[in-house]
Amino acid sequence: MKIAVASGKGGTGKTFVATNLFNVLSRRGEAVTLTDCDAEAPDDLLFFRAEKVSETEVTHQVPVINKDACTWCGRCSRWCNYNAIFYVPAAKVIEVIENLCHGCGACTFACNSGAITEKPVLLGKVTKFMTDGGSKVVEARMKVNEMSPVRIIKEAIKESGEDGVVILDAPPGTSCPFIQTVDKADNVLLVTEPTPFGLSDLRQSVETLREMKKTPAVIINRSDIGDGSVAEYLAKENIPLLAEIKYDPAIARVYSEGKLVTDEIPALTSLFEDMADKIIEGYGTGSNQR
Amino acid sequence: MKVAITSTGQSLESKLDQRFGRCAFFVIYDTETGGVEILPNPNKDAEEGAGPASVQLVASKEVEKIVSGEFGYKIKSLLDSLRIQMVVYKEPEKTVKSVIDMLNKQ
Repeated sequence: MKIAVASGKGGTGKTFVATNLFNVLSRRGEAVTLTDCDAEAPDDLLFFRAEKVSETEVTHQVPVINKDACTWCGRCSRWCNYNAIFYVPAAKVIEVIENLCHGCGACTFACNSGAITEKPVLLGKVTKFMTDGGSKVVEARMKVNEMSPVRIIKEAIKESGEDGVVILDAPPGTSCPFIQTVDKADNVLLVTEPTPFGLSDLRQSVETLREMKKTPAVIINRSDIGDGSVAEYLAKENIPLLAEIKYDPAIARVYSEGKLVTDEIPALTSLFEDMADKIIEGYGTGSNQR
Repeated sequence: MKVAITSTGQSLESKLDQRFGRCAFFVIYDTETGGVEILPNPNKDAEEGAGPASVQLVASKEVEKIVSGEFGYKIKSLLDSLRIQMVVYKEPEKTVKSVIDMLNKQ
């Protein structure tokens, strides 16, 4: 079973929930994998002692144009949907703008004169680790200066396998990286906070997931601050509330030391144990349960 | 010499568009004949690569100079390879006509 932990808004506690859920499941001896899909800023490993097991490079194929073979027909440039082939025939200029290229291969297919070959360009890495608790952590990490983490996320999820529970710590927002992550998930947990900003982004996430025929369950973090509008929204939309986590400076303190509340604070340990039970039993995850 | 001027509208009285790649219109002005051609910018709402695509467009009109408020980082090397001069003119209140007058005085 794959569970994505996502949120529209950043900083609501995705990593907090994902790492602690992973920690309690791992401690129980369940087969569990934590996959850090926030490839632009992965940080799940900060919370574990883990040893590197393997590393995979993620590349895509970008075109290389042989100007001597080019007939200046312009098909490659017209077929490119991303403006990645800069083509000014009058000046005999044709150039690939590599960071606009999505590696789709349309230009190579379009070229009738064999002037285009392809070369691999590194986008990022997927690294597997084993924690000292004996569970797997998979990290997606995008290369600095790349434009899209989507391919790296896809590879990281593939490398996570199908064993037991796979927790996908999703990137923030509701754009392509989020969609790539939740698309592969059997269940989606949305972490939010009870503020107007939290509600606005929660609504966007719920609407995006509904387009994808997925029903999320929600965790409200810092549930005793802000206002009641998130709870009202959940009731109105019939979205299950999986857990509420109260604001506590002790949580921030433990977190900032790179420790896990499920190792340090008993009340939160039982909260996350309950959450894990509900998830394993398939409760509180709406129609999307297995 | 042909010059591309980024414009917010379809007339010479329109204000200078401050963005190059995503400007509303290109005014192509010929300093020798005084001829004017106004082109809507098809790259205005491009998801990515509006700058390079716009360079491609104005280069096909054989311009040697572009006047705009701002140019993106991707296109400097492209303009260099085409020997097109980039003129940064951050005056959002100026009209296209006033830019043309300046070009004629040079």
